[in-house]
Amino acid sequence: MKKIFTFLLICFAVNGFTQTKISGTVKDNRNKPLRGASISIKDSYDGATSDSLGRFAFTTDEKGLKTIEVGYLSFKTFTKEADLNGTAVLLDVVLKELPNEMTAVTITAGAFEASDKKRVTVLNSIDIVTTASANADITGALKTLPGTQSVGESEGLFVRGGTATESKIFIDGTQVNNFFYTSTPGIASRGRFNPFLFKGTVFSTGGYSALYGQALSSALILESIDLPEQSSADIGISVVGLSGGYQKLDKNKKYSWGASYSLANLALAFKIVPQRPDYYKIPVYNEGDANFRIKTSKNGMLKYYGYFSSGKIGIKNQDIDSLDLKNAFDLNNINTYHNLSYKEKIGTAWKLNAGISFSTNKDAINNELQNSSNQKQIISTPAFYLSKNFGLVNKGKFLQSRIVLERRLPGISALRFGVENSITNEQSEYTAYSGARFQDTLKENLIAGFAETDLYITNDIAAKIGARVEHSQLLDKTNLAPRISLAYKLTAKSQLSLAYGQFFQNPDRRLIPTSFNIGFSKATHYIFQYQKVTKDYTLRSELFYKNYDALYKTAPSFTGNEVAANTNGKGYAKGFELFWRDRKTIKNLDYWFSYSYLDTKRDFNNYPGFLEPSFATKHTASLVMKKFVMKWKTGFNTSYTFATGRPYYNIGTNTVTGKYEVKDQGKTINYNNLSFSLNYLPYLGKPNSKKFMVLVLSLSNVLGNNQVFSYNYSVDGNRKLAVTPPSRRFLFIGCFISLGVDRTENAINNNL
Amino acid sequence: MKKMQIFTAMLLVSIISFAQSDKYTKKMSELISQMDSTYTVDGLNSLSTTFERIGDAEKTQWLPFYYAALTKLNAANIQMAGKMSGNEEVADPAADKGEALLLKALALTKESSETWVIKKMIATVRMMANPMQRYMEYGPKAAEALETAKKMDPNNPRVYILEGQDKFYTPEQFGGSKEEARKLFTKAQELFKGFKPETALHPNWGENTILYFLAQKD
Repeated sequence: MKKIFTFLLICFAVNGFTQTKISGTVKDNRNKPLRGASISIKDSYDGATSDSLGRFAFTTDEKGLKTIEVGYLSFKTFTKEADLNGTAVLLDVVLKELPNEMTAVTITAGAFEASDKKRVTVLNSIDIVTTASANADITGALKTLPGTQSVGESEGLFVRGGTATESKIFIDGTQVNNFFYTSTPGIASRGRFNPFLFKGTVFSTGGYSALYGQALSSALILESIDLPEQSSADIGISVVGLSGGYQKLDKNKKYSWGASYSLANLALAFKIVPQRPDYYKIPVYNEGDANFRIKTSKNGMLKYYGYFSSGKIGIKNQDIDSLDLKNAFDLNNINTYHNLSYKEKIGTAWKLNAGISFSTNKDAINNELQNSSNQKQIISTPAFYLSKNFGLVNKGKFLQSRIVLERRLPGISALRFGVENSITNEQSEYTAYSGARFQDTLKENLIAGFAETDLYITNDIAAKIGARVEHSQLLDKTNLAPRISLAYKLTAKSQLSLAYGQFFQNPDRRLIPTSFNIGFSKATHYIFQYQKVTKDYTLRSELFYKNYDALYKTAPSFTGNEVAANTNGKGYAKGFELFWRDRKTIKNLDYWFSYSYLDTKRDFNNYPGFLEPSFATKHTASLVMKKFVMKWKTGFNTSYTFATGRPYYNIGTNTVTGKYEVKDQGKTINYNNLSFSLNYLPYLGKPNSKKFMVLVLSLSNVLGNNQVFSYNYSVDGNRKLAVTPPSRRFLFIGCFISLGVDRTENAINNNL
Repeated sequence: MKKMQIFTAMLLVSIISFAQSDKYTKKMSELISQMDSTYTVDGLNSLSTTFERIGDAEKTQWLPFYYAALTKLNAANIQMAGKMSGNEEVADPAADKGEALLLKALALTKESSETWVIKKMIATVRMMANPMQRYMEYGPKAAEALETAKKMDPNNPRVYILEGQDKFYTPEQFGGSKEEARKLFTKAQELFKGFKPETALHPNWGENTILYFLAQKD
């Protein structure tokens, strides 16, 4: 007993009288001191926090073999056994950063990411709708980023020397055909989809992931929103029409549904801003959409979006071959789009993404040659006048389904693989002036398989390695496209990236069916990028080289249409791009600047040899500025785009050799466009306001610069007409009201 | 003699464990009173890690984690003060840490008005990273959390302090009001008179904050 007592007394004495000093420093692997790291002796109160120089020191009464732990944010916790016996312990700790989504290097070569999810992004979705020149059109905003060309006469994204058909658009993983309204000749149309439908945008100007294909130049990947923040009713009134919608969010936030309808009629807008062409049928569009979104589990989500649109338009222009006749173009369009997607986490390591989209599109076109009193004229000499009277009905159906599985690998690495199937059915019926009908049907069944892995070798080095295989039933060919990207983090804010990839694409609809045996066209991308992103600014510059191997050369078919003849076409594009966004230097002003230098030539379609294509120019620059004045609750946005002139050609057949030749060529004047827009939010910040209203005013081409996109030639080549915008300026005024259904009560009740 | 031995051993064990819990109470009260007079970023961050260490060592007490979260969030608030944008690098890691600490606390205790106060502070810190961009997302979240805190204990003075701070810092054209803020601070001050924390270690902070705000001129 005595012994025990003595022993205990000794224990107490030792406890009371031996103190050990522990001190040292905490740094990261770049030798940067870590401020705020926690140093502790496991299971005791004793410890310290490192200061701004990474230093710490404390004394402890603990004794014997103890574990010392050093932890800091996402860094790997350092542990060390130490014998605490009164002898000072000196610790110089180097913490290793664990690969984690917030700080790890990200693969960015070629891609502009715009989302609300990531904390540091190039552009977010609000930026898209407040870009002055965009008119709330998604691709309009993307055209202020480097890599895109200012092509005003046709819709779509012309990226790095590629045509618009080389850029594909994907919603929740599946490709969207007819993303844009069917256009009338020489006038670019808008995208069909409201930017507020999407929470994330990845705009890749090259080197994109193996998960996507059938685009030689670029992929625009849109991710739709999940459950809305609250139930709401929306009303919109503008110079182009009326719209209304309702969104209902279940009180348990498990599901939501909604529908909206809009009527667009440009009569008023065209009265305010007279148009150069004669719109003898004012554009009128009826559109409806509906959606539901169901949260199937903690990480699972099932989403449906359906869209219907019906529109008509009739436009008359002077006939280019005769001075007194007119060309009347009449279009009726019916379009539907459905997208069903499902995502779910399976166990702890697997994720499933599945999607199916189905769309239909019908364009009924009637083209007439008319005299000054609007009567149809059939002229047979010269014979080409006969083809100015025709009817064309295009019916297209497109079904795409895909399934992607993702397996989480150690750390934040991942492996993704999946399959995709696209079925296309296009029917055309051409009615000649004589009433004779020509029909053709095009069926394609494209099957693709793909796999890719994100490998985080350390927090500073990552690689994305993937490949895609496609088999086309139409072409009866198979391709294999490898894609590799690497990223290396130089400092906490800057990184270098490299990307390489091969891309394949089917011929455009207008080039097929053809009697020739053709394959895929192919492009190879090489991209080198430097990027520095801080909370105040973003700087990125890219060098790229793109090689086109198998572009389609065309030849006249028996009906006189140009169809794909072979894949002997070639081309290249190389250039340099710069993007700078600064939110800090000038107080309350957010601006970005983009510059693209593009050197491209190609021999494709009917080009007689290597030419700088008519949709490309050497220099393009944009400056976008946004300022929100809190006091006035008003945002002021301007954007300015400058582009050097683009080449134009009159390509025809040499009467002697029968080969294509350039009969005339030139360069358009430089392109300048200054746009301005204003958003007024009268209810902003009103407490408990259930109303939210935005008043929008926007004006394009404020300075009234002459804009010439290209020239059209008469058949004899003696006359050329400038292709210009339908009006010098365009003015948009609108008011959008959202009546939020308050849910505070529900939230409180559910939380109790 | 044998009995005596057992008795002595038991006595010693209970002395040791009493000493242990006494150590907890003593250390915690010391830190809580330090917290009331700490206004520096480093000071608060250091308190936060100390509270966390105590929580980790004790394993069954939620209060150390509660105070660790509170001091971490207050450190972020001080670091961000006066800057209306570009605070993401301060706010987000602090809010992440605050959330993790609150989760540790909630594993040991059930939701209360006080834990909802912390949730409200987390949402506000995230919003203050960039109020212009994040107001739409985190404004309603913060308001919801504060409403819940109020509903769970309408007499919790801290609810009105936070509400008062929001009113105080929001520009008038957005619904802020120094006058209304003052009323809320006075109400909180009244509530403190009747407020009895469960133990001396339970949340009872805020009286100094009220004095600070009431001393502010317009």
